[in-house]
Amino acid sequence: MIRALAILLLCQLAGTVLQQAFGLPMPGPVLGFVLLVAVFLYRGGPGVELRETSQGLLKHMGLLFVPAGVGVVGELGVLKQNALALIIAIPLSTVLGLVVTGVIMQWFMRRAGNQAGSADA
Amino acid sequence: MHNLFHIWVYLQPQPLLWLTITLCVWELARAVDTKAGHHALSNPTVMSIFITASLLLLTRTTYQTYFSGAEYIQFLLGPATVALAVPMYANWPVIKRNFLAIIVSLTAGSMVAAGSAMLILHAMGSPRMVIISLGPKSVTTPIAMGIAQNLGGNPSLTAVFVMITAMFGILVYPAVFRLARITDWRARGLAAGVAMHGLGTARMLTIDETAGAFAGLAIGLNGVITSIFLPVMITLFGI
Repeated sequence: MIRALAILLLCQLAGTVLQQAFGLPMPGPVLGFVLLVAVFLYRGGPGVELRETSQGLLKHMGLLFVPAGVGVVGELGVLKQNALALIIAIPLSTVLGLVVTGVIMQWFMRRAGNQAGSADA
Repeated sequence: MHNLFHIWVYLQPQPLLWLTITLCVWELARAVDTKAGHHALSNPTVMSIFITASLLLLTRTTYQTYFSGAEYIQFLLGPATVALAVPMYANWPVIKRNFLAIIVSLTAGSMVAAGSAMLILHAMGSPRMVIISLGPKSVTTPIAMGIAQNLGGNPSLTAVFVMITAMFGILVYPAVFRLARITDWRARGLAAGVAMHGLGTARMLTIDETAGAFAGLAIGLNGVITSIFLPVMITLFGI
């Protein structure tokens, strides 16, 4: 597990160094993710340890968003002042985003005649 | 009672207390979610945020104090983002075959989501700072905060919008997919990743690995695409 964590952090560190060195718009962890995919493609997939640690981390990804979400307590004033606009804008735009992405992607998938990923429900 | 108060005063500003509370609340929320059969309304992240935020308000604890413990959890977002490479690699052949479809759907969905949100706020007279902070709301938190900062928004407000968007998305996505007849797991995963970034990915990963991989892919790509089109969109809309 420690070795797997070291690999993940090493990728993140390399990504952060790249981002700082070239002033890239993507944050370090995202570049680290790209780097690790590149390593897998070049050298073959992850070993058992890295795969299991990664899956364990991803299984609890929902927990990792709690601290940022709790930040809502510091912004209650601004939220209240713009409540009506936000109550309309956030739900509407989120549903539009889901529908537009999903419908276009599904259209592409059907056009390709490839239904392998289709769900029953 | 007097002693208990002293213990509270001692513990309250320490990382140990709020780190422990965050983990315990999470475990409690997961237990409830399992009992409820992973119902949309029982999402453990949403429940944890609700309970923890209520605890902060009730005990008059500042966010800064809370964060001194919670930052250890937030730190793991970095390695978790890198770990997305594992499901991504497992689904690489599918992703490679559908690359054009992915880029087109993702760009369209992302632009519609950001554009409609900013236009509604603009039409209803919200201040520029709030509008710009809302723009990157569908992007994963660390990228969204960076984009907002660059454009003159408020990064911590953006973090809150990102969370609200994701929480709302989590609540409605099953109904939206059903009503819009989106049944393909690749389309579902991509849409979830575009609309509700990491939270959507976390949910997709627990349901279907292909959907999880497409959602994870959407996070990174959406971050890059949004950071390119958002400044242009803000200028075009005259915000």
